[in-house]
Amino acid sequence: MARNKSRATTEVNAGSMADIAFLLLIFFLVTTTIASDKGILNILPPKLDPNVPPPDIKKNERNIFNILINANDDLLVEGEYRRTAEGLDEDIKDFVLNFGAPDEEAQALFNSLPASLQAKALRRPESSDHPGEAVVSIKTNRGTSYELYLEVFDLAKKAYFEIYGERVGLTADEYRALTGDDEASKLLLDRGKEGFPLAISIAEPDKIGGN
Amino acid sequence: MAKFKKKTNTSTSIPTSALPDIIFMLLFFFMVTTVLREQDLLVEQKIPQASQLQKLQKKTLISYLYIGKPKNTSLYGSEPRVQANDVLISPPEIVQWVNQERDLLPESDRGFITISMKVDKDVKMGPISDVQTELRNADARRVLYASTGKVMN
Repeated sequence: MARNKSRATTEVNAGSMADIAFLLLIFFLVTTTIASDKGILNILPPKLDPNVPPPDIKKNERNIFNILINANDDLLVEGEYRRTAEGLDEDIKDFVLNFGAPDEEAQALFNSLPASLQAKALRRPESSDHPGEAVVSIKTNRGTSYELYLEVFDLAKKAYFEIYGERVGLTADEYRALTGDDEASKLLLDRGKEGFPLAISIAEPDKIGGN
Repeated sequence: MAKFKKKTNTSTSIPTSALPDIIFMLLFFFMVTTVLREQDLLVEQKIPQASQLQKLQKKTLISYLYIGKPKNTSLYGSEPRVQANDVLISPPEIVQWVNQERDLLPESDRGFITISMKVDKDVKMGPISDVQTELRNADARRVLYASTGKVMN
């Protein structure tokens, strides 16, 4: 009798066990974040030789797009006060594509651009001469937050990548995804960049408002 | 012959009710043993967002620097610190660290070493520029500002 009873209870319904295991597995699959190596690439300038004075670069003021960010995270863009960095990418695009006073080479470059980019050339005398001369300068204080600096740097890169992408008929995202591994994508990369050096200069921060 | 026949009569099915348990055991084993991050983070890390992300082709070329407020403020203070590998270092030690990291790479790749800077949102530009100055001194000029994707409107 006792034997019979114990036999009846040995069978536990285990059909749903696998489902539970599955659920757990999916839960962990979804929640784990695998560290990714994505980011914004920046090439720092080479180290200055203390014995050699820094080169005196003569560049016209109109060829430099000045962005100053102070310790209160206020922006001064080309002498104009701004609260947020919004819309900065469009301004940088306009500045780079201004073609105020192109030389022969730059004129040839201008003629090779698609019409949508040519339409952006406003030819204002107070803005950049041509893309080869244009420099975007970002200057911060020591007290500026890294987050805002990265946002501004991101927008400057965005402006350039949109120009590159538009030249080869891609969106900025597609252009950035090009690896340069095979010939075709390498060609696209080079065609996009040609004549448009990615000139984003990061100035040494001021000693104000930080430690 | 008769002996063999008798044996075939016994039930041949293997009890499968324990299979889920085995799967469970495997799941737990992997849950416990997998380590996603090899290092303990000693500093706070809230990675900022950006839209123009690039992915690097060769992961072996990347070395990581973590910058942020120390988690253990009673031991390390509340000022942002730099973590390399498992220890907090001061900016002047970065040159030595870069050289160590560079020595680990094959000789042909040493010029392409990339420093991925994982910086907390709340850090100011002061410590960042100190680190960048040291990286320039160490001639490790490829820097990746680690950031997560942002949905642009």
